[in-house]
Amino acid sequence: MRAYAIKRILQAIPILMLVSLISFGIMQLVPGDPASLLAGPNATPAELEQVRINLGLDKPFLTQLFIFYGNLLKGDLGHSLLLGKPVTEAVFERSPVSISIALYSLVLTVIFGLAIGVLAAIRHNTWVDQIATSFALIGVSLPNFWLGLVMIVVFSVHLGLLPTGGYVPFTRDPMGWLVAATMPAVSLALMQIGLLARLTRSTMLEVLSQDYIRTARAKGLSEIRVIAKHALANVMIPVVTVLGMILSVLMSGSVIVETVFAIPGIGSLLGNAILGRDYPMIQGGLLFVAAVLLTLNIVVDLLYAYLDPRVRVR
Amino acid sequence: MSSRTVSETPAGVVARKYFWRGRIARRLMKHRSFVIGAVLCTLVLLVAIFAPLIAPTDPNRMAIRFRFQPPSWDFPLGTDNLGRNLVSRVAYGARLSLMIGLGVVLLNAAFGVLLGALAGYFERLDGFLMRLSDALMAFPSILLAIGIAAALGASATTAVIALAVVYIPRTARILRASVLVVKEQEFVQASQAAGASHGRILFRRILPNCMAPLIVQLSFVFAYAVLSEAVLSFLGLGAPPTTPSWGILISEGRSYIREAPWLTIVPGGAIAVTVLGLNLLGDGLRDVLDPRVKMDGA
Repeated sequence: MRAYAIKRILQAIPILMLVSLISFGIMQLVPGDPASLLAGPNATPAELEQVRINLGLDKPFLTQLFIFYGNLLKGDLGHSLLLGKPVTEAVFERSPVSISIALYSLVLTVIFGLAIGVLAAIRHNTWVDQIATSFALIGVSLPNFWLGLVMIVVFSVHLGLLPTGGYVPFTRDPMGWLVAATMPAVSLALMQIGLLARLTRSTMLEVLSQDYIRTARAKGLSEIRVIAKHALANVMIPVVTVLGMILSVLMSGSVIVETVFAIPGIGSLLGNAILGRDYPMIQGGLLFVAAVLLTLNIVVDLLYAYLDPRVRVR
Repeated sequence: MSSRTVSETPAGVVARKYFWRGRIARRLMKHRSFVIGAVLCTLVLLVAIFAPLIAPTDPNRMAIRFRFQPPSWDFPLGTDNLGRNLVSRVAYGARLSLMIGLGVVLLNAAFGVLLGALAGYFERLDGFLMRLSDALMAFPSILLAIGIAAALGASATTAVIALAVVYIPRTARILRASVLVVKEQEFVQASQAAGASHGRILFRRILPNCMAPLIVQLSFVFAYAVLSEAVLSFLGLGAPPTTPSWGILISEGRSYIREAPWLTIVPGGAIAVTVLGLNLLGDGLRDVLDPRVKMDGA
């Protein structure tokens, strides 16, 4: 297990380097001179030069790359132009908000995705299965930001049950957090619920046709025990592998859902950075999110290896 | 030979052209979700093609007198804050969405196939290309697309490029996996023994046998492209605000969500119908062409 963990972590290093190279490269994609875009049309040559020096654009490409990596090693992701503070500071301030909502969606996804998938599989080819699979399919087809807006129309404008937006930190007021985070979390989760339900259903159907399930039934176990103990344990394996992917989608979906619900998380931070052409913020924010997700994926892989010893040997 | 079934061939390799014409088509026509998906997609396609005929007025024609008309007999989908007819705007939006989707699919297929084939066929390139794709896939897809589109500047073309780039590693991986399997088959070895060039083996022998998983993947890429294009437009990173893109319609409607909720609901519904149709189509294609592949999100 330890050998596998070390191998997995070492494998991530070159990927992390490529990831940072890609986020560096995105800045280079900006057509023309980013400095003149940022300084505005009325900037004097001196101001322009100052912006260029601030961004480090006055130096040759390789020097820029070298400085970029040097700063990265020091944990410096650059300086936000709009907020006037380091990218890392802005990102760390906003992270708890996005993470709390992503975790809330993850909980919803796992509970409902598994339940719907299992239900569809054990009632295979019945009306229950039909409804569950249709729900899952509709879930994967709805744009999440649109779903958020429709929920605002229904629950905020018409029923007046939930606020149209805003955020209350969990640590200050758990109930207020729940009220504020529910619509964003649901609109983020729905597509993932659909995906997970589809995956769970097909895996469960496969598991249910295995010999050990027949054995479990043959020795007289109740159907609930067969499903809960023998089948579900094996269904969990592929589910754990997609958890990393689900988290990744939940984190990235937050850009737009946070914008819709006016939630001050990383998503709206990036959204504003895009609107304000705050390239260092876009670059640093992307890199931060990718690094977090890479780490999470390693955790998920290790969890997977722990649950399924066969993986370690490969 | 004709008794060969899909399930017997590894990794959904469906060989031989006659297979395509006869049995596959018949099985697709019997597949319920494929048929429903095909109907929905055809419907959207017809709306896009005949948008000028469907639209009662020019999509940008303003009639302030008729602003904020709720859906009615005269304005089946209502009008917006400038009195523009939503039927026209949504119909023209279908054009843009499908064009962008198609652009993404074509660009994605071209590079995905090339890179996947190279990675699968030439072992020396495999390691590098796969690490590169790992790195690209470490970014959440929509965030990477947003980053690229933000850097290149907002336009429909950059949206196409950004979305295609994001899905290229995913398509390439799928193609690589089938190339790895087909490469080991006897007819490829026979071709190698006969002294065929790498290009000939790759393009004439291997790739034609990797089409099934590719087609399935592309149908899902199309669905993701339509969804993500709406996200990019919503954030102001897609087509210019004057074009009636579905994402732009939603973002415009958002400002009037209290007094005119149809402005938001209708274009989102159009996206949902299109994506649902493409997903159903993809499910049907997967079941028939590539029964062993499990779904996973891009």
